[in-house]
Amino acid sequence: MSTPQAVQTSPITGPGTKPVIEIDHVSKEFADFTAVKDANFSIVEGEFFSMLGPSGCGKTTTLRMIAGFETPTSGAIRLQGEDVSRVPPNKRDVNTVFQQYALFPHMNVWDNVAYGPRAKKLPKEEVAKRVEELLGVVRLSDFATRRPGQLSGGQQQRVALARALVNYPKALLLDEPLGALDLKLRQGMQLELKRIQREVGITFVFVTHDQEEALTMSDRIAVMNVGNVEQIGSPREIYDHPASVFVAGFIGQANLWVAKVVERTGSTTTVEVAGRRLDVENDRSGLQVGETGTFMVRPERVHIDADAAHPERWTVAATITELVFQGPVVRYEARLADGSTVVAHVPARRDGLPIPGDVVKASWSDDACVLLPGVPAPTKSDTAADEA
Amino acid sequence: MAGTTNTSLRKGRKSTYGLLSPAILWLILFFVVPMATLLKIALSTKPDPWLPNYTFAWEWGNFSDAVSRFSSELYRSFGYAAVATVLCILIGYPLAYFLAFRAGKWRSLLLGLVMVPFFTSFLIRTIAWKTILGRNGPTIWFLEHAHLTGVTDFLRLTSNGSFLGTPQAVIGGLTYNFVAFMILPIYVSLEKIDINLLDAARDLYDVPAKAFRKIILPLSLPGVFAGTLLTFIPAAGDYINANLLGNANTTMIGSQIENLFLSESNYPAAAALSFIFMAIITAGVLVYARVLGTEELSA
Repeated sequence: MSTPQAVQTSPITGPGTKPVIEIDHVSKEFADFTAVKDANFSIVEGEFFSMLGPSGCGKTTTLRMIAGFETPTSGAIRLQGEDVSRVPPNKRDVNTVFQQYALFPHMNVWDNVAYGPRAKKLPKEEVAKRVEELLGVVRLSDFATRRPGQLSGGQQQRVALARALVNYPKALLLDEPLGALDLKLRQGMQLELKRIQREVGITFVFVTHDQEEALTMSDRIAVMNVGNVEQIGSPREIYDHPASVFVAGFIGQANLWVAKVVERTGSTTTVEVAGRRLDVENDRSGLQVGETGTFMVRPERVHIDADAAHPERWTVAATITELVFQGPVVRYEARLADGSTVVAHVPARRDGLPIPGDVVKASWSDDACVLLPGVPAPTKSDTAADEA
Repeated sequence: MAGTTNTSLRKGRKSTYGLLSPAILWLILFFVVPMATLLKIALSTKPDPWLPNYTFAWEWGNFSDAVSRFSSELYRSFGYAAVATVLCILIGYPLAYFLAFRAGKWRSLLLGLVMVPFFTSFLIRTIAWKTILGRNGPTIWFLEHAHLTGVTDFLRLTSNGSFLGTPQAVIGGLTYNFVAFMILPIYVSLEKIDINLLDAARDLYDVPAKAFRKIILPLSLPGVFAGTLLTFIPAAGDYINANLLGNANTTMIGSQIENLFLSESNYPAAAALSFIFMAIITAGVLVYARVLGTEELSA
């Protein structure tokens, strides 16, 4: 499952194509473990780039290496073409928004934001101009004389943003900045972050373990797992065409089955899944005939019909085992003839929904099928947990 | 939170005083009454020089007499205590910093070691120093055999080849005995500081030394303030170190008060001197608190 090279599912996209940060075959080893294994990618100008993965995947270590708090064991980090691997953080033109904000508690908002420009010894008027401007951008002009302790979590978050952005860095590094906020505020800040990023046009490098957050905000996402970069691509590509079973399970939910490739003709690949044959269009897995891989269908692409089978969809009989009302969607679990489970997210409607015990037709169209290299972990062969 | 505070306040005039009454009683019995008695004695006269009795007479002259008679001891006490306090900061701050940020898994052990001297009485520890540093002690023996007494004399660590009986010995004893009271409050205030603040300052273009001066130092000042009070006040009033490690030229105010009470039996003079001493310390602490303005930091 661990791919030595990250799968680039698409060429670099984004507002520009000039790389700001190049991570050139970077590895980081600590005394007892390897945090990052041969990461190799670049981040382009003006892009909102996310590093996504579970805790311990190396995303924060990678960010800290870009910031200068850690030094790569091997490889190089280049900032606008210049190797900064061994340059201390105070001499790097990147700024960080820390996880717990790390605002200076003994200084007011204005002094916090002015810290960087003052340390750089900019003239007084320039410092004042920049601080006023950034306080405006984060909409905190009225709070300039408050201490961080007198602000709400969301406001502290915006002070941290202003304090970093006021230096007009080549890239802004954000280390799980929304983790400490509650859900509603977090969703508000996600949009706010996007707005600010568009407004200032600075490259954002965003670390998160929250796949929804990454999907919402990013131009591109690097999915990381135990030190490896598993896939880099736009949210859409990563969601629709995950490069590995891990990515499929980590981004959203997925129905996964072991599948064997039996035939390839043109753009159609025929696989054998649970004793039946299915066609997959435009397969990108690179599996050869005779090889075993994983067959994936997203739960929201699965239809549950009580009555007739849909003529254009692949259909299988299933028994509903569980029904969970989740608001906009109803989550069904249904058992197939071979004992495996299929999960379906069906738009909630008032009536006509099958209930547990009903025998229904579970179906999906050909373009919902994706073939992945590698086989799913045996313990969670049906679905991967939704990482919240 | 405001709500709960309000209700508990509203509910509780009576119960608040009820809860406070043991403390208030304690304060009256063991602070107000003794202080009033002391003040009464300080304003008394001593009719018979050979007997330890006194009569109350609004004798304000006792205060000016005490100041003029013991001015050099007063200066010396505050001077020694100030030097010892500065030494405690110089020794204690780096140690506390190390404990708070660098000690890692050794932290608990090292903190324990800071406390270990408290398992032995203050008096016994000071007497131990007298043995260690004394004429016949191991340090002098070593210095003499290594022919280093000249060097230590030059460095003012010893005078005429002797550690004891010097101001340095008294100040050293004060520093030794009170340094833990400096380390612990500074450690507590440093330990509360989010270490990420240093990363943030470095990220914002400051070298570590500057980040320390602008972030860590101001945030740890409340600890330095508390440590200074805990060190300076008892050090200024201490007489054990002066008596055991010093000589007749290093007596501090505490020794004089003891003398007046126990040897001369001059209770009015002793009480007046005690009062003056307390007044100076109280005034000093108020000025110090105003200058450092520590309340502002806690916001």
